[in-house]
Amino acid sequence: MLKYFTCIMCPRGCEITAEVEDGKMLSAQGNFCPKGQEYVFQELTSPMRNIASSVLVEGGELPLASVRLNGLIPKNRIFDVMEEIRRVKIKAPVTMGQKVICDVLGLGCDVIATKNVKAAE
Amino acid sequence: MRQVDTVIIGGGPAGLSAAVRLWEKGIRDILILEREHQLGGILRQCIHDGFGLTRFGETLSGPEYAQRFISQVEALGIPYVTDTTVIDITEDKKVTAASRDGMLEIQAKTVILTMGCRERTRGAISIPGERPAGVYTAGVAQSYINLQNKMVGREVVILGSGDIGMIMARRLTLEGAHVQAVFEVQPYASGLPRNILQCLDDYGIPLYLSHTVTEIRGKDRLESVVVSQVDDRLQPIKGTEKEYFCDTLILSVGLIPENELSLAAGVVLDERTKGAAVDEHHQTSVPGIFAAGNVLQVHDLVDFVSMEAEELADSVAAFLKEGQLNGCGLEVKTDGNVTHTIPQRISGTKDFKLSMRVKRPVKDCRIQLIQGGRVVGEKKMKRAIPAEMIQIPVKAAKLNEKDDLEVKVIC
Repeated sequence: MLKYFTCIMCPRGCEITAEVEDGKMLSAQGNFCPKGQEYVFQELTSPMRNIASSVLVEGGELPLASVRLNGLIPKNRIFDVMEEIRRVKIKAPVTMGQKVICDVLGLGCDVIATKNVKAAE
Repeated sequence: MRQVDTVIIGGGPAGLSAAVRLWEKGIRDILILEREHQLGGILRQCIHDGFGLTRFGETLSGPEYAQRFISQVEALGIPYVTDTTVIDITEDKKVTAASRDGMLEIQAKTVILTMGCRERTRGAISIPGERPAGVYTAGVAQSYINLQNKMVGREVVILGSGDIGMIMARRLTLEGAHVQAVFEVQPYASGLPRNILQCLDDYGIPLYLSHTVTEIRGKDRLESVVVSQVDDRLQPIKGTEKEYFCDTLILSVGLIPENELSLAAGVVLDERTKGAAVDEHHQTSVPGIFAAGNVLQVHDLVDFVSMEAEELADSVAAFLKEGQLNGCGLEVKTDGNVTHTIPQRISGTKDFKLSMRVKRPVKDCRIQLIQGGRVVGEKKMKRAIPAEMIQIPVKAAKLNEKDDLEVKVIC
């Protein structure tokens, strides 16, 4: 069976046509680089995503610090991780790269701050 | 009056990239003017990831991408002032700005325009109906949610399939809102394919092409929108109206380069890009005034904004050292399949990179650059879409100095 994918590994967004049988990729074409094949393989076995959000900051010059994951999580756990992120409140100052949640829900990656937030004057 | 070699108007990705490159080229008498309280421009609110893959080989969020350049500016000690709004530029490069310390007047040898772009609004597309609260442009909603911690609504409809609109569809969903659908008046999406997948498909948000909002209803707060199908001339088809009950309408209907200051300086704009017409040096019609980034042409990737601004910085450095740049008398002409090109003028003596977009999606095509009947540049494409900027490098060795350059899409 032919299945169609839009690769999200880079902005090029290759349209990949893959021959799939019993959930296994037999061949793929349309991808510009090898990452496309990896992507199709992952989409067929366990789709993974990164997410970005923000957390509340206490005593900062901004009310929020933006955050993202430093790795990928299963697509079906996105809303569970969002729930964890929503619970967090951190104190200013915030440094970019700072871990906000370590090993979130045991999924093997951390929630990290993506912005510096200075303490309010 | 304060004298400087270069004033950079706007401390977003284009301005910061230009500043760092100028410094590296030995141009040290620089001043960046930024109207916001912090450097970084629009990237500060673009907290999603996907930036920097071309530039840094890893995928970053907007604030992280910006911070890499801000850190460099800080480390090098490049002068900048924030909370400072430029209110006038003259043709002889006198810059007037309103700052916390009062009015600044600066005489510059060169001016770099990096003011970015702004969003088209409801007014720009003339949606009929009432004028309730709850109608936002995507960037304004993004600023409320990502910078100010204010949720804009719960039941959402999005008009326009621009990248920011799709990214906000996902953002709103993650924050607990229900996004009913994205409607696009064109028969194709205006944002990147990967955003259709990871922002809409992943969350079960439908995208309806050839549809638009034809009425806005609601007394104080938005209550519903009426959506109609459109025909191939983009006119609403009677009898296809459908009402969607919602409290929020997000508009992602295009970006326009912000060029009021450029006009004040006498810079000639290109009707097609709404940005300055420039030559291969990124120099505008006013010698010594240069433009790059979204103020010149709306980009889809910030990586290319940085690259464009760095090319500009090389030209500015050459201008400052030599007092002038090669004249560019040859025009870049386009056929009916091309929306626009940057640059619009070339000399035929210098390598340059042509940026362009196609007017409508085309498959299996060749984009040819022709000068004096000879092909001087070509790119084969399996798929070319308006959402993607296409760049084609051209070598000076292939060019002559007398014929205009034609850009054609051959299917």
